[in-house]
Formats: sequence, C-alpha cells, structure tokens
Amino acid sequence: MSKADTTDAETDNGVIQSVSGPVVTARDLNARMNDVVYVGDEGLMGEVIEIEGDLTTVQVYEETSGVGPGEPVENTGEPLSVDLGPGMLDAIYDGVQRPLDVLEGKMGSPYLDRGVDAPGIDLEEKWEFEPEVEEGDVVEPGDIVGVVEETVTIDHKVMVPPDYEGGEVVAAEAGSFDVTETVVELDNGEEVSMHQEWPVREARPANDKKTPRTPLVSGQRILDGLFPIAKGGTAAIPGPFGSGKTVTQHQLAKYADADIIVYVGCGERGNEMTEVIEDFPELEDPANGNPLMARTSLIANTSNMPVAARESCIYTGITIAEYYRDMGYDVALMADSTSRWAEAMREISSRLEEMPGEEGYPAYLAARLAQFYERAGYFENINGTEGSVSAIGAVSPPGGDFSEPVTQNTLRIVKTFWALDADLAERRHFPSINWNESYSLYKDQLDPWFEDEVADDWAERRQWAVDVLDEETELQEIVQLVGKDALPDDQQLTLEVARYLREAYLQQNAFHPVDTFCPPEKTYLMLTTIQKFNDEAFDALDAGVPVEEIVDTEAAPRINRIGVQEDYEEYVEDLKAEITEELRSLY
Amino acid sequence: MKEYQTITEISGPLVYAEVDEAIGYDEIVEIETAQGETLRGQVLESSEDVVAIQVFEGTSGIDRDASVRFLGETMKMPVTEDLLGRVLDGSGRPIDDGPEIVPEERQDIVGAAINPYSREYPEEFIETGVSAIDGMNTLVRGQKLPIFSSSGQPHSELAMQIARQASVPEEEEGGDDEEGSEFAVIFGAMGITQEEANEFMEDFERTGALERSVVFMNLADDPAVERTVTPRMVLTTAEYLAFEKDYHVLVILTDMTNYCEALREIGAAREEVPGRRGYPGYMYTDLAQLYERAGRIKGREGSVTQIPILTMPGDDDTHPIPDLTGYITEGQIYVDPDLNSQGLQPPINVLPSLSRLMDDGIGEGLTRADHADVKDQMFAAYAEGEDLRDLVNIVGREALSELDNKYLDFADAFESEFIDQGFETNRDIDETLSIGWDLLSMLPKDALNRIDEEFIEEHYREDDSEREVLEAAD
Repeated sequence: MSKADTTDAETDNGVIQSVSGPVVTARDLNARMNDVVYVGDEGLMGEVIEIEGDLTTVQVYEETSGVGPGEPVENTGEPLSVDLGPGMLDAIYDGVQRPLDVLEGKMGSPYLDRGVDAPGIDLEEKWEFEPEVEEGDVVEPGDIVGVVEETVTIDHKVMVPPDYEGGEVVAAEAGSFDVTETVVELDNGEEVSMHQEWPVREARPANDKKTPRTPLVSGQRILDGLFPIAKGGTAAIPGPFGSGKTVTQHQLAKYADADIIVYVGCGERGNEMTEVIEDFPELEDPANGNPLMARTSLIANTSNMPVAARESCIYTGITIAEYYRDMGYDVALMADSTSRWAEAMREISSRLEEMPGEEGYPAYLAARLAQFYERAGYFENINGTEGSVSAIGAVSPPGGDFSEPVTQNTLRIVKTFWALDADLAERRHFPSINWNESYSLYKDQLDPWFEDEVADDWAERRQWAVDVLDEETELQEIVQLVGKDALPDDQQLTLEVARYLREAYLQQNAFHPVDTFCPPEKTYLMLTTIQKFNDEAFDALDAGVPVEEIVDTEAAPRINRIGVQEDYEEYVEDLKAEITEELRSLY
Repeated sequence: MKEYQTITEISGPLVYAEVDEAIGYDEIVEIETAQGETLRGQVLESSEDVVAIQVFEGTSGIDRDASVRFLGETMKMPVTEDLLGRVLDGSGRPIDDGPEIVPEERQDIVGAAINPYSREYPEEFIETGVSAIDGMNTLVRGQKLPIFSSSGQPHSELAMQIARQASVPEEEEGGDDEEGSEFAVIFGAMGITQEEANEFMEDFERTGALERSVVFMNLADDPAVERTVTPRMVLTTAEYLAFEKDYHVLVILTDMTNYCEALREIGAAREEVPGRRGYPGYMYTDLAQLYERAGRIKGREGSVTQIPILTMPGDDDTHPIPDLTGYITEGQIYVDPDLNSQGLQPPINVLPSLSRLMDDGIGEGLTRADHADVKDQMFAAYAEGEDLRDLVNIVGREALSELDNKYLDFADAFESEFIDQGFETNRDIDETLSIGWDLLSMLPKDALNRIDEEFIEEHYREDDSEREVLEAAD
C-alpha cells in the first residue's frame, strides 16, 4: 500500500473521537467497510471494521500511544490490498506487506517506528520482461503474457489481471521494465504491467477446484509414511508449547517439494523468525541446490507487533500464495500459529464489545477459519494452468487441551491432523507426532502415486506398521500392570519390533545433516528393513529360539542408524542380509 | 497545561474525568488530592469529552474535587549508566537515599517492537554453573527462559544462583574483571514480600553484585496497578544498557503472576469482556510485549536475557499465566515440588523443562562436540527410568529385567549426582558433561543409541575406576 494516491475529496476524511488500544473510532468519516484509512497526525495505517451512524470504528495496525481525539483520519477508499508482482520471493514482510528490510533502512533504527510505509514490492527495480504473446493474439483475464526471471529458481509469469476484460494484443515488447510500466497493451486500451493489486480478504478467482492426487512430499518419515498431505491439501498441527510445532513447520518449509513456500509467522517469537531469516538464505533447496529463499516469501508479524496486523497477516500470506498458484505453481503456505490469529480476532472483537461466543472468541471464528482453509486446494486456474495452495496451520491450544474452540473448529475443516504430544516431546521423541491420534484423509487418494513412484506395496507396508503400533499400544497397557516379562514370547517380540518402528522410523533428527531429510525411497527401505527383522525374528521364534536371544542379536540395533546414512541403499542391503544370517544362525 | 476538577466517576483503580481538549492515549496524568497528595496515573481510554485514567497508587483519597493534570507525554524512564548500583521503587524513583539521578535520556517505557530483520539470532552459550540448565536446557544470550515454579519453592535461590554465577566462557579467557564488568543484572520485583526482597538484596550485597545491578522494587503492599509499569521500566533500562552501552544484561522479573493479577484487576475495573479465568483477552499480546524485549540486535554489542519467574497457581501449568508465557518464551525451567521435598538443590525437573535455543548454542566450538548427543541420551534414559518407577511400585524390582534395573539406578543417580549440586556449587560445562558420561556409563554401550559411536569410544567409561567423579558413589 502506498499513500501517495489518496486524492479524494476532503469530505471523506474524519476526526478521531476516541482511542482504546488498537481500536479507534472516528466521526464524519465517509468510508466503506474494510477500507484502509490513515489515522492521526502520524498517519498510522488502519482498516474500517464497523460503521454505526456517523461513527466509524477502525483497527489500527500500529501502536496508538499518544494518539488523541481531534486528530484527522484520512480515507484511501481502497480495501486492504497487497502488491503482487516480481520481488515477493526472497522478501520478508510484516502483516500488512511492508518489507521489513526496507523499513529498517527507512526508520534508521532496529525498532519498528510508527507511520512509516513502503510498497510491498520495489517499484523501481528493473526486470527483464520476455513476452509470450505477439501482436494480434487475443488474451483473456488471467492469461500469461510473459515471464521475468524473479529468482534463480522461479520464473515469474506476468498475467492479465482477473478484473480486466481482455482483448487483442496491440503491443508487447521484450525489455527492461519496472513493475509499474506497461509491458503489454490491448486493443481496448487496457494496459498490463507486472504489478497487480488484490484485496486480501477476497479469494482470487479460479475455474475449478479438483481432487488433489499428488502428495506434498515432506521428507519427514512419519508424515510421508503414515499421514501424508496432498498438494492442495489442508493440515493442522496442534500441540502444547514445547512440543515441536515450529520445528515441524520449519522442516516442511525447508524440505516440502512445493515450488513456492509462503511462511507466515503469525504472533510468534522474534528470535524464531530471525532464525528463519538467517538460515533460509544459506540452506539449499533439496530439489535444485539453489538457495531456499529463492522460492520463499516470509511474513513475520511477531507477537509484540501490533495485534491488528496479526489479524491480517494470514490473509496477506494466502493472497500471495494464490497469485503464484495462478501462474501454475504448487504453493505451500505455513501459518504459525493460527491460534494467535484467532486471539487477535478475539482481542479486536472484545474491544468492539461484541457478544462473545465460546471462551470469549467471536461468534464468527468458525466461519473465518473455514474461509481461510477453503482458499487452499488444487485448482484449475482461469488461464487453464493447474496450480495448488496447500495450507498447513499450527494450532497452539491453551494447556494443550484439544477441546478448545480453535482446535475444534480447525479439525472440522482440515483433512490432515498431526497431533503433537507433550509426553513424546518430554522424552525427546521428535517429531513428537502422536501416531495414535493423528490421521490423514488423503491416504487413499495418494496411495496410487506412492505405488507408482516408490513401491507397489507402499500401502500394505504402511498398514503393517500401523497394525504393529496399534498392537503395541494395547500391550503397553498390560505391561504397565504386570511388567514386560509376564507377556508371552510372541508379544514380547512384537514390542521389540514396535520399538524399532518408534525409535528408528518415527523418530527423525531435524538437526542431523542427513537424517533431517528422508526421501520416500529411504522411508520405504527403512520400513522394509524393520519388517524383514520382524519376519526373520518370528521365524526364529517359531523354530524355538528364546525371545531373549533374538532381542540380544547384534545386527538389528543398527536399524536405528539407517536414518543417518547417506548411502542408505547399500547399508540397508547389508543390514538385511546380516539380520537374516544372524537370526537364522540361532536355529 | 490545563488543570481539571471534573472527575465524574471513581471505580477501583480507575478515575473518569471530563475534558475539553484532546488527550492522547497512554498519556501520563497527575492527580492532586484535597490533602495535597500527588498521585500518578495513565490514560487508558481517551474520547472527546471523557478520559479513563488508571491510577498507579490506587484511588483512595481521591474525591470529585481532586484536580487532574495531563502532562502531555507518555510514560518515560530516565536512563543513565549511573543507575547501576541503585535501588528504585516500582515507578523508577530512587529509594536508597542515594544522590539524585541525572538522566542521560528519557525513554518511552512502551518499547517499540524490534524489527525481526534487525535481530541477531542468539547462539552464545551462557554458563550458569547449574548442570540441570547448562547440560540439559542450555541458556543463551538474548534468550527469555522463565522459571515455572509454585508457592513455597526455592525459585528465588535458583534465580540468585544464576545471577551470581552466569558467565560466558570465552570472556573469562579474554581477561580480568574489566571484561566481566560488562555484565549487568536488572532485578524487577513485582508484588513480592519484603522478606523475599531482603533475601535478594542481602545476596546482592554479600556477593558485591549490587554495583553491577539495578533493582526495581514493587513490594506486596505497594499499589498493584504500579506493577503494570514496573517491568516496562526494567526493560527500558535493560535495552538502554544493552543496546546503547554494550552491557550484557540479565533481567530477572519476579513474580509475573502478580503482574498478571494486576492486569486482571484493571480489566475487571473497566468491565472488559474477560478471557480465560477472568484474565483479559489481550494478556498474550501484553506479555509478549514484555518478553519479546529480550534479544540481540545486529551491529550492537550488548544483549538482553530474561529470566522471568512465575508461581503457577496450584502448580498447574495449564493455568493461563504459565500457558501464555510458555507460548512466548523460548522454553521454560520447571521447579518441582516433589524433587524439592526430596531435598534436591536446585529441584529442577529437566523432563518438562526445555530450552528452544539450545540446539544452536551448543556443540563444537560453543560447548563441546558431544553435548547434544549426551543431552539426548540422558533425557531418554531418565524418562525411561521415570516410567519404570511407576511400574516398580506395582511389581517390584525383581520382576524387571537387568537393563530396566540399570535405568532405575540411572534415574536415581541422575537426580543425586547431576541435579542435586547445591545452590553454592558452580560447575563448568566440562564438569557437567563429565558427570553425564559417568552416569551414562552405568548403562550398557548398545543402549546408548542416540550417541555417535565416535563419542562413545572417546568418553564411555569401560570400568568403574575410569569414572571421574562418581568413584565414591554408592
């Protein structure tokens, strides 16, 4: 947003009537709902959220200390919008798309000052535009008219804005342009530039939403192996503090095989965002070795930044995601955390003295959550390309209690549920995703892909693992009462197999250079190794070998080290042979 | 500056007055009572004709004839390096009979948010000399790591021990006390008792720490509303010393529970819609505005490290205060009543404790290459031992396997040797890890599945005589 082009008649502007934290009411302001306004002498950015008679209520995206009645409120007449165009990747924004690096320079201070504004994309930077249409071609809204190389990884497609009429191209030239210059002219006088604006609270149009059938491969064994998410799918990661939500989100942002990552740090820790800002430029994209930032757009509205901007950051993020989807890319959006977003809604709502719903949250909480997750999906775009937005939201339930409104309303919408567990985290079982509580409703529609790309028996093997883990859960209840040694031999052996599943397969060390990313092939081979041990061990047991001897073998514990092997194929091959040999030698 | 005698309503800590000029939100107010007493307050809500004022000292003595003056500015903290060694009240006024403080600057106490882009990621290890922290939940410069405790626990002793012993290993090599003096402690007391305050003060004086400290005292009988400004005063001073005077500042805030109670009191007086358990819905944001003032900034020498202490009502960590705190801070240290009653000093329960910034603050060049693996293995082994304790109560030790018995022994030894070091003992990181290896060597080698084989070769004690510290144990 830039405030230069606010030339409206003075009658549209009003004066402040009262101030209470981020909520300001203004008199005589002639505005529509959700218009952006500039509040006070310092011109703090705000948004109209309620109109009653000649009183207009505004939520202000900046700190309001010292602002008083009588100061002016200026209306832009425009809804809250983001600037879309090349330059959004490798950028870091606050909740209303102000670039934080630019703000640092403009403010000349490490602190976020007030009343400073900057456009979301650099309006002066020159890009090499390569047209993909010629004079005489007919283009429609959404059509791609050319490309610019935005980063080493991503070609940015320049599209006819969806609200244009379209027509015949009368001029299209290659060359170096900034984002405001016209690159393609149409016969009806419409001019296409590389820059579009789009209101954040409105979904960008698409032709059709399709059933997603390709997995978003994350390189995390428990996710790919047991609870996969589809490209265009939705997932929730709820968990109490300290259970590893943020690490899981970071792992997805680093290793998920999406073309574009939009990472929204919504009301979270400053140091965590700094970690992302420092780490991502140095990390390699596992797909092509380019810097990870070349495919990433960061939105950082930390917990101490203004609460109203926290409310809007989720929308800013998903609008950027939709824009890249329109180009035909697979986009993954991580929102950490949607609970902070819901709390921002609650805070604003209570300042408006709205009648509260459950636990003080506004009655429209469920609707807002649903609207957000509905903007994800696998789409056929209006220009005919196919693209997807996957939305993965962390949820921070108070006291880790999943029955609270944000978790419950989220679970009604999302199709993948990765439940983080404080007990697992406490014993440093990471990722601490509880395999009994989590689920993925995409499993069946994604199995064909895994069977084609990885192995025919992918689904069967997974089911075997799930069965063993289920059985273990039941057996553990008995063990808690009578001790392990009281169990029959075959059940003791099942516990041993389940232990390998838990310790080798389900656990994964995000901080180990090799183990941090596990391709599906490796995930599969690890599972087959454990199953190999299972089969051989039960054969040995049937042949009369005591369970203690089987448990004491030397080869099997090396299953725990598959994760850290770079040349895992050879290692697994050898290990399987050794396990077989050793166990068979017992009888 | 106009004076008004237009008070229309007095309710709890709030005063409403009619005005005929624009008054800024958060502005400072002085109220003079008929008895000539001057009280200070802050504008909570401002509209064209009436303002709501929150009075720090409480509203008793105010009547409708009291006069109200608006100072035309938001609350400021006078800051200067000379604050070191001084004792101030909860509003930043000296109470130690020392000379008047001549401020170098007056800074707004509502600190602006640090631009995440300007932050520097904290990864410098702070050696606290406490094994349960250094070894298992390492503190780094610029971190905010609260102590979750409950009433009657020795959290103050722990905080004092950290304040006394905290150092950064590299610096010690660098030189003498001159270097060390860059370290400063700012202590913010909110609603603690005079006795507790005395303990801290005596400890500061005994160890000579006072001269590198600034103490803010809001005691239990001081006005509750003042507690909402005390931590902001503390942190404004901390930021000044850290980012303008290059100090490494350790901020201890105690007790955050009292701070939150004060927030609730104001919320209730304003008839706001309450969130969970009557605490205001904006408490997360409010707490974040305090805790997020910890950190490091690119291009600045100093750092602000926070150790807030909070007593969990009913030792319940799902209570809104610890819960919201845990979501903002970078981990937490649990003080455990059971361990305390067993006489462990400090009674830290490492299992639910966590330091989020640990992984980047330890390892080769920072602490020791084997640190991460040792920590992981000890967590797993202690958790295993803890689980088995429940079982042992039912079936007895004889029914357990040999390995399970070793885990039980490990858990006992972990508590008695590793955790229970006493409040006066200062262990360096090598000693902490060495004790860790002594303990891990109680377990068979192939049970150490989280440690790199290389480190097992190097450190595993094959027989008891190699154990460095535990020789005399049992």
